[in-house]
Amino acid sequence: MSSITAGSHAHEHESSATHASFISTYVFSRDHKIIGLQFLFSTLLWFFVGGLLALGIRWQLAYPWTNMPIIGKMLFPGEGGQISPEFYTTLFTMHATVMIFFVIIPILAGAFGNYLIPLMIGADDMAFPTLNMLSYWFMWPAFFLIGASFFTAPYGAGGGWTSYPPLSVVNEAAPGSASAQTLWLLGITFVGISSMMGSVNYMTTIIQMRAPGMTMFRLPLTIWGMFITAILQAFALPVLTAAGFMQVMDRLLGTGFFLPEGLIVNNSIPASGGGQPLLWQHLFWFYSHPAVYIMILPAMGMVSDIISCFARKPIFGYKPMVYSISGIAGLGFIVWGHHMFVSGMNPVLGMTFMVSTMMIALPSAVKVFNWLGTIWGGKIEFTTPMLFSLSFVSMFIIGGLSGIFMAATPVDIFIHDTYFIVAHFHYVLFGGTAMAVFGAIYFWYPKMFGRMMNEQLGKVHFFLTFIFLNGTFFTMHVLGAVGFPRRLADPYHYDTFQHLMPMNRFMTWCAIGMVATQVIFAFNFISSLFFGKPVGRNPWGCNSLEWSAPSPPGHGNFDFQPVVYRGPYEYGHPDATKNHYPQIEPPPENPTEVPEH
Amino acid sequence: MGRFWSLLFLAVPVLGVGVFAAAMMTDSWPLHNHWLPRDVSEKGYVIDNLFNTILYLTGVIFVGTSLALFWFLWKYDGEKNLGPVRFLHGSHTLEVVWSIIPAATLLFIAIYQMNAWADAKIDRPGTRLAGADGRMNTEDDLVEFQLPIAQVTGRQFEWRIRYAGRDGVVGTSDDVHTVNDLHLPVDEEVVLQIKSDDVLHSFFLPNCRLKQDVVPGMKQMVWFKPKEVGSFDIVCAELCGWGHYKMKGRMTIQSRKDFDQWLTDQERIQQESSFALSEEE
Repeated sequence: MSSITAGSHAHEHESSATHASFISTYVFSRDHKIIGLQFLFSTLLWFFVGGLLALGIRWQLAYPWTNMPIIGKMLFPGEGGQISPEFYTTLFTMHATVMIFFVIIPILAGAFGNYLIPLMIGADDMAFPTLNMLSYWFMWPAFFLIGASFFTAPYGAGGGWTSYPPLSVVNEAAPGSASAQTLWLLGITFVGISSMMGSVNYMTTIIQMRAPGMTMFRLPLTIWGMFITAILQAFALPVLTAAGFMQVMDRLLGTGFFLPEGLIVNNSIPASGGGQPLLWQHLFWFYSHPAVYIMILPAMGMVSDIISCFARKPIFGYKPMVYSISGIAGLGFIVWGHHMFVSGMNPVLGMTFMVSTMMIALPSAVKVFNWLGTIWGGKIEFTTPMLFSLSFVSMFIIGGLSGIFMAATPVDIFIHDTYFIVAHFHYVLFGGTAMAVFGAIYFWYPKMFGRMMNEQLGKVHFFLTFIFLNGTFFTMHVLGAVGFPRRLADPYHYDTFQHLMPMNRFMTWCAIGMVATQVIFAFNFISSLFFGKPVGRNPWGCNSLEWSAPSPPGHGNFDFQPVVYRGPYEYGHPDATKNHYPQIEPPPENPTEVPEH
Repeated sequence: MGRFWSLLFLAVPVLGVGVFAAAMMTDSWPLHNHWLPRDVSEKGYVIDNLFNTILYLTGVIFVGTSLALFWFLWKYDGEKNLGPVRFLHGSHTLEVVWSIIPAATLLFIAIYQMNAWADAKIDRPGTRLAGADGRMNTEDDLVEFQLPIAQVTGRQFEWRIRYAGRDGVVGTSDDVHTVNDLHLPVDEEVVLQIKSDDVLHSFFLPNCRLKQDVVPGMKQMVWFKPKEVGSFDIVCAELCGWGHYKMKGRMTIQSRKDFDQWLTDQERIQQESSFALSEEE
């Protein structure tokens, strides 16, 4: 890690009073790069935890009520190593909570957003470095609260990550609905506060701190993805925070936002006040549907940058790409009802939400066509980051198209809450975002640490992950077509589903293979910190600004004032002397006229 | 290696279509019955047809885009393609074309769903009567809704079923009660009132393509017309607590005669057991 601050003496950014102590440099750092790496390491650790939780779920679905090998006896000595149904509800609740709130959202915005935004726009740091530091440290109360919720006796929170009342509000409704649920809600609130601090910072930085010449339409698409995501978070998060507090008040203070008058669950005290369970669903999805795009727009941006770089060709349709990111974000605010088609919401509303939901597939399709247009006619270099980015496109096609089934209200009647939806969001979030994140790690690792990750190991990691991911998730479509419901600890006592166990076993073994494959990645990541091939500023031959800074950049990022002359995608430009044409390179005296389209 | 990676991406549409094709041949090995379960309601086929329509439409796009991805990777492999790259920033015409065609297709898909959705969730069965103007199909028509044959109440973790007794009205003293055992007459439109006693549940009949969340504080109606006799699953499809997985009911569809007989038997059993109880007291 010592190499990170190699150039730190170049800038006197910090006041001399806090000069270079270990604590202020690495722990409570206000340097966006250290904060980004802190987010990266934390989220990767949680990624592993979330993966193990998924294996618990998969084990139960493949071998219900049997002893879990190796860890079963340690975790549940009382049940002889079996997963109990109570623990199963905690497992899937925590798997989703960890993956969404501790991995995907913070790894995109927290890790890559922090690391890349100042570097890619040519700034020396974020607009509000202290706020930035706090946005990381506010994750820690969340880590502890969710961890405490998991280990609360007798069982952790088990209301699903959606936390629907009354199950989540009435203490007596489930073993995990007592204090574990309160801890869970408070944990989510801290994640929200952290994200809010980040989003304010990202918006301000991108608007205010761009280098000379860096117009909005010269920003890399990664930055556009981060920018729009920050706006989404700023507008959607307050609703979740408020709703979370309403639920906490229902639980602790006896208010009645979400419980109908007189409701009694398991001998609980009758609820007072005429609340509505559906109100929570509206508020929750008003945040959590935009959150779906928060979880993919930055990934789309990063993939666009990587694909253009390794196709050695300008991104196809830069402005349509920007408009479609914005279109997805705008429509993202008026589609939340598609989670509620069969919830008891007025069915007439279902029709309007169906139309808006269908329309959101349009900008997604435009993006896919533009990625295909980008590789068309290029000179493709099959590096590890490129392979992961191409797999993002391939998997996003599947995840995007399967969304249309759920958007069609009559079809949704049958496949709602089945494995079809589980397949859909895993294709988008794992096949899409997680693959993009892997690609981004391989891509920006040399910038972060000054050393390359091993390409051969990277390709093995890609190949096995790609195979196992499809083995695990593609089959879920088929289960969904049978109507196989999600969140059931033992679906096989239903006549309709009892013959599906062999397919579930196949999926479980693919999932085990997928988690095991990540050991290759962990080994590559850690060993390359010490033994990776040292690199210069621009190992991949890319145009955007971060590749002009030293690897790793010192405090203050650039050892010169970057001035931007063109967009980030001018690969193959007739004036370029190399296979790339950096944004900082001044044009020749007689530049070639290049048509815009 | 570019060839190898291109072929890996070609495997996605090939295997993807293969798995779906194998699953759709429900009668044969290896994916026996791994597709839409047997449909026993009169309107279930509408949902199945819509599912298949979307499947074919998206299937064509999936195969087309995936093959394009494969072909571009194969053809423009940097090791093989030694000429200059095609330096261009996009094409306005193409962007317009590939915006308008998907937009029209998606809008078509959405509008194509509306009637089925209205049938399933909005147009509750009933008899239409002419209003004050004495003519049918005018704005002042009255609709006399069909009464529910039974009330199904979800609670942790069972389905409580209450049949209207001889008076035909649910909620009176002559109701017939069962647990997890729903009997319905075949070939008749049935309306069920569903409600919840505690938390959210979801009343899911996979074989009738029917699903409706049950929300405490609301009284909801579902309707369908069974067309085959037999015994089928009632599944709870909304997380309702630790015992969610075992909240299983059975739906028996039988002829009107058998159904009436069964209901009379239940009524008798209920009366006998209540007599027995009062004698013990």
